[in-house]
Amino acid sequence: MSALQNMVGWIDDRFPMTKVWNEHLAQYYAPKNFNFWYFFGSLAMLVLVIQILTGLWLAMMYKPDADLAFASVEYIMRDVNWGWLIRYMHSTGASAFFLVIYLHMFRGLMYGSYRKPRELLWIIGMVIYVAMMATAFMGYLLPWGQMSLWGAAVIVNLFQAIPIVGEDLAVWIRGDFVISDVTLNRFFALHFVLPFVLAALVFVHIVALHKVGSNNPDGIEIKKGPKGNKWSDTAPADGIPFHPYYSVKDIAGIIVFLMFFAGIVFFAPEGGGYFLEAPNFEPANPLKTPEHIAPVWYFTPFYAILRAVPSFAGTQVWGVIAMGAAIVVLFLLPWLDRSPVKSIRYKGGLYKGFLAMFVVVFVVLGWLGTQPATALYTLFAQIATTLYFAFFFLMPWFSKADKTKPVPERVTK
Amino acid sequence: MSEGVDLKKRRLLTLSTAVIGAVGAGAVAVPFVMSWQPSARAKAAGAPVEADISKLEEGQLLRVKWRGKPVWVVRRTAKNLEDLPKLDGTLADPASEVDQQPAYCKNPIRSIKPEYLIAIGICTHLGCSPTYRPDVAPADLGADWLGGFFCPCHGSKFDLAGRVYAGVPAPTNLVIPPHSYLSDKVVLIGVDGGAS
Repeated sequence: MSALQNMVGWIDDRFPMTKVWNEHLAQYYAPKNFNFWYFFGSLAMLVLVIQILTGLWLAMMYKPDADLAFASVEYIMRDVNWGWLIRYMHSTGASAFFLVIYLHMFRGLMYGSYRKPRELLWIIGMVIYVAMMATAFMGYLLPWGQMSLWGAAVIVNLFQAIPIVGEDLAVWIRGDFVISDVTLNRFFALHFVLPFVLAALVFVHIVALHKVGSNNPDGIEIKKGPKGNKWSDTAPADGIPFHPYYSVKDIAGIIVFLMFFAGIVFFAPEGGGYFLEAPNFEPANPLKTPEHIAPVWYFTPFYAILRAVPSFAGTQVWGVIAMGAAIVVLFLLPWLDRSPVKSIRYKGGLYKGFLAMFVVVFVVLGWLGTQPATALYTLFAQIATTLYFAFFFLMPWFSKADKTKPVPERVTK
Repeated sequence: MSEGVDLKKRRLLTLSTAVIGAVGAGAVAVPFVMSWQPSARAKAAGAPVEADISKLEEGQLLRVKWRGKPVWVVRRTAKNLEDLPKLDGTLADPASEVDQQPAYCKNPIRSIKPEYLIAIGICTHLGCSPTYRPDVAPADLGADWLGGFFCPCHGSKFDLAGRVYAGVPAPTNLVIPPHSYLSDKVVLIGVDGGAS
């Protein structure tokens, strides 16, 4: 035995290193028919690493103090060596994170990856998504620009709409009667710690994934199919080891992703005003509200839903409820889909039509959320909100009434 | 086998330990949760302020600072109060339907005592502080002007009850802060009166 093997043996007697490596990489058999849409899970992990790394570095130079915060961001941008790059990687990373996650979620929608036995996997993923939104929201306050302040003011005021406890809850969140230094300080602490919670949740997500096994574009359970492949007699015949097959595939995806990512970081870090909004180049001013307040693009579909619902019965809580429901309903997806097949490949025109409508509606809501709420746009938002919920609430019907195609025994090319 | 083991006693002890542990964990959460409440400093900055209105002449405006914002106290004349209903047709929200005031000020004159208007002097559009213009029919505001507030930033107009005119950038009436009268001379801005 070589010295290296001795060393590995010594560790394996004390820590299941080789066992973990095999179970999750070298002998984790994933379906052999993964396609383009299967890049986004590993890309999301990459972006999380980018965010934690750049965020840690930014925290070394940033000051979470209402008097100093804005200037410290300018200091990072102008005076710190390469500070501009680290900050732009972080701000672009935030948008990239949501883009990748939305595509990752859409993949799940297309191939029925939330269906039995992956309901809990989907729910853990949704918890990650909600935690991400909280992290992003708190992070946006930190530069202490005009949009930071007023965006946070608007969002925290949402809680105020909750009957009875709303007012006290909003004060408790802010730690003050207005968004102030106190709020900034605590949001910084929470923004710092939440990514580690996210990392832990990602770990749980992967543990759950490896328990049930990956879905695939055919929506066929390879574990139920025939056994025996080139590497193992007991492994699914349609499975290939994650490493090296998919580790290499994912690296190719990462390289392409990083090309686009670097392109934005270097040439369009403001993302046309969608990644970094213009009013945020002005320091926060509690006495002056910007002309038009809009959240960052990844929140705008839900913001549009919030604004679409009019206030009645003397409270505006209905919009807040609708916005919350728009997210909660995603958790219920595994039980709303009653189709006999998982993947869109074997679903009929009815389901495809509804899914296409949902995508259009989500994008339209996202765009409307960036626009001022005129009477016409509000009407559009109301129609789009209705269609958004129709997709979910009609799903038990249309997924069942849909004319599906027969599912093959084995995965296809 | 449970020979020599009193399972009932063991269950009781396990349960009581768990309950006491949970109570302890709950109790220790209290300081963490409560530390998020506004600190003494934040509360002092947001505390109600008293305003002496005894020296306010008819038509005068007094500025008081509350929670970092200007609060106006205006002593309206009998003529002003007579004029208010005449403006209803030109206002966006004459009956104060939008929740911009405490329930006790949701009346045509938006105040507790008819004479005194107490409002936050921040334009509901972009947060500029409007100018007090009690003069009737000045050249710049037109012959129909019966006194009110004019925002120099974007031209929003409010009447002497802080009600916004229709067709101006500001969407809503001026905010009326919670307030109560401690006596005929002193008004407390920032808290609702118990009796009023």
